[in-house]
Amino acid sequence: MRVEDKLVLRGVSFELFPGQIYALMGPNGSGKTTLALALAGHPAYRVVRGQAILDGQDLLSLPPHERARSGFFVAFQQPPEVEGVRLREFLRLACAERGKGFCDFHKAFPTSLTRLHMEEFGDRELNVGFSGGERKRAELLQLYLLRPKVALLDEPDSGVDVDYLRLIAQVIQEMAEMGTAVLIITHYPRLLEHLPPTEVLVLLDGQIVKRGGPELAWTIVKAGFEAVRE
Amino acid sequence: MSHPTARLSREFVTQLSWEKNEPSWMREHRLRCLELFEKLPMPRFGPDLSELDLGDLMYYARPVDHVSRWEELPEEIRRTFQALGLPEAEQRALAGLGAQVDSEEVYRSLLSRLRAKGVIFTSMEQAVREFPWVRDYFMKVIPPDDNKFAALHGAVWSGGTFVWIPEGVEVEIPLQAYYRMQTEGVGQFEHTLIVAERGSSVHYIEGCSAPRYSQVSLHSGMVEIYAKEEAHVRFTTIQNWSKNVYNLNNKRAWAYAGARVDWVSGSLGSKVTMLYPTTVLLGKGARTENLSFTFAQEGMWLDTGARAIHRAPGTSSRLVSRSVVQGRAKSVFRGTVSVAPEARGAKAHMECSTLLLSPEARTETIPVLNVENDDVEVGHEATVGRVSQEQLFYLMSRGLDESQALSLIVNGFVSPILKEIPLEYAVELRRLLEMSFERAVA
Repeated sequence: MRVEDKLVLRGVSFELFPGQIYALMGPNGSGKTTLALALAGHPAYRVVRGQAILDGQDLLSLPPHERARSGFFVAFQQPPEVEGVRLREFLRLACAERGKGFCDFHKAFPTSLTRLHMEEFGDRELNVGFSGGERKRAELLQLYLLRPKVALLDEPDSGVDVDYLRLIAQVIQEMAEMGTAVLIITHYPRLLEHLPPTEVLVLLDGQIVKRGGPELAWTIVKAGFEAVRE
Repeated sequence: MSHPTARLSREFVTQLSWEKNEPSWMREHRLRCLELFEKLPMPRFGPDLSELDLGDLMYYARPVDHVSRWEELPEEIRRTFQALGLPEAEQRALAGLGAQVDSEEVYRSLLSRLRAKGVIFTSMEQAVREFPWVRDYFMKVIPPDDNKFAALHGAVWSGGTFVWIPEGVEVEIPLQAYYRMQTEGVGQFEHTLIVAERGSSVHYIEGCSAPRYSQVSLHSGMVEIYAKEEAHVRFTTIQNWSKNVYNLNNKRAWAYAGARVDWVSGSLGSKVTMLYPTTVLLGKGARTENLSFTFAQEGMWLDTGARAIHRAPGTSSRLVSRSVVQGRAKSVFRGTVSVAPEARGAKAHMECSTLLLSPEARTETIPVLNVENDDVEVGHEATVGRVSQEQLFYLMSRGLDESQALSLIVNGFVSPILKEIPLEYAVELRRLLEMSFERAVA
């Protein structure tokens, strides 16, 4: 996969199963965010070769909005501010586009707000003036409402204080229990204490260099990323 | 009318007045205006008007006869008005409705209970013939020598509406006029005159549209409003002219003591628009709000603005503009606040924001503040923003297609103005916005 003609990711291959939680770990600059944005269809990233199959369909052949409609979701590490667009208006549309009869927005939206302790955010402009932690919760709010089949969460815990860290872990756990395949992208496994992953993937220099169980995360904490390179 | 060509000349103007059976004061007024028109220079600011050949326009056209029921209109026009929802709106939401095609009115109605209260809602021609006192109001707010197009209008005006609201009468639902330019190469010059007597209130809405032709046409209407003591007049215009129309208007109001005048303008169409609704705050405590929304698309130049002229103590004004520019287009906002020495304690607030949707989009904001006393509160803000690829991608990553994402952002941006527009027009505006995004994205 290329960004501005630089090859960034190579030979990255993995499988995610419904209801399971996975961790993708790697140092800064290893290509984690690039992978998430490329899968979501960001126009700056070009996939040279490969496939991303969801329910028998190659996501890479679809424009970004159709990837989302088919049940693919990325929680952004740094979601942008969108002035004038209220969370409620935006998510009403997103919910409707997720599929006919998919969500009873009238009920689901307040429920989601309450679940993320964001009751007063419904009529706020999207991410405008949100703190780092509030943005993360707003991403999780969208995840919770849109109930995707596959969710890539790009550092959902950075900038989040301890109390909300627990909340975020609970919400992710709940999503998995409802059948979402969750891939948590992180370089520091604080969140993984609450959410033992089925599998840990280690990304270094654009390649997956190691796979293992939850214990791999703790090895990395102790010995660093280079120590696990095979 | 017996002028198949109807080019601009002294003979034409005399004949027009003759056929409208006008009193001599109006005939003289027209001829005086024509002389002024010939002397006055073209506007020395704003858009390029060089493609507008004033010698080549048809100054009068009457393709459709006046009817008393919608069903009697020729099919093409009837279908247009139906598609615009006019007959339906008349039944549901309006106190009165007038419709004009090219130079003449084709339909008019007014609720009988308003007629019984003495409200006058009639064609401008009829008012000139029937009420001699109209002379005291006609082109007094905007005198003929104000500018070249005011003079031109004064010479060739045809159609439009005269509204008189008696003292203390509140017209709770809007009156509406609809202007359609149907004939290729025509000029439309309707005159709207609203006199709201002491303590009365009225909301007047005008809508405009035209089929697209290759030949240039001109719309140069004039609106004059008198809001007497404590009266409230709200004037809403939704303009969706086709891209061959030069839309050069004059709109001005006098607000007496305690009166309130609100202008709400939505400019979505035309090749070139020049529109600067003005309120002169003549009496103590008079107020004005001027809300403008423009959407400049490929090839358009929308030159709009708002003026508040404070001439009395305790007057206040609020000028708010939101402009969206797409493709190779330009929007200019000229906001002027003048405060006279005697207007002590005046308050003025001006706020203009522009959203650029393409790299070629151009915008300018030209605020002018003339403050001649030191007991005033004047505020001014201006912002220009762009829709970023990151914002679009973010919204799309949640399942919105590009035109949905774009129109959500634009709708959010213009919502401070849209919420001031009556619901059914706001819905229509949103629909027009969405349609143009779908076209742009395709």
